[in-house]
Amino acid sequence: MEEHYNLIFMIVIYGMPVFLAIMGFVIGGILERSHFNSIREREQKFENYPAVPTSSIDPDRTVATANLSAASVVVSLDYFKRILAAFRNVFGGRVRSYESLLDRAKREAILRMKEQYPHANIIVNLRINTSRIGSTQGNKGLGAVEVLAIGTAVRYESQ
Amino acid sequence: MILTNTETIPGKTIVEHYGLVSGNTVRAKNVGRDIAASFKNLVGGELKGYTELLEDARKEATNRMLEQATSLGANAIVNIRYSTSAVAQGAAELYVYGTAVLVNE
Repeated sequence: MEEHYNLIFMIVIYGMPVFLAIMGFVIGGILERSHFNSIREREQKFENYPAVPTSSIDPDRTVATANLSAASVVVSLDYFKRILAAFRNVFGGRVRSYESLLDRAKREAILRMKEQYPHANIIVNLRINTSRIGSTQGNKGLGAVEVLAIGTAVRYESQ
Repeated sequence: MILTNTETIPGKTIVEHYGLVSGNTVRAKNVGRDIAASFKNLVGGELKGYTELLEDARKEATNRMLEQATSLGANAIVNIRYSTSAVAQGAAELYVYGTAVLVNE
């Protein structure tokens, strides 16, 4: 009888992380792909609406409005990728799971800025800040990052 | 009120400076959001609860800055910067500052 309990205990202890990793891999992968698809689609829509880090504007056109646009995104890794990233810590090198996470967060933040002022022509003085978000569980908790993008959306007078 | 993070307002001239205006707010996240986020954390992706929380806090800090600028008689704020810092476990300060100016129309 006691052996049975031990077996169940073992399955719960060792099976849970495996289950979570598989779930993270499958569902997280689907979510990430669909997010990237939606980012690409919306980037297409704003093809002629650049966001640049310089502050100069077209001197030949008059400015109709200039507004501050700020947008932030908080994203986190899935369980599977977090394990991969932890393994990467042993050998060093590129941590691809974090690269794609930050890439999608940054692109999403810039898109949200543009969506706030969809009729503007250009975003100038673009600044992007990335900060880590901790948790009440201390250091090992959330692997979440916040990306904040701010800039000035400029709309030119129509010619 | 015109807000920009550029040093000047494109298309307008600054006629008067009122100096620094700022607004801040310190926010803690609640346990409910933490629990929801920890589930979302398993599959990854955007943690909407936290995004909203930070957006709200940022809006409040901006409103405080706006009040200050209005009381000075400014009609625009230029060179706006945001900064976030964790002041305590689970609480963050959002600080926004800029230069209050008067621009002509």
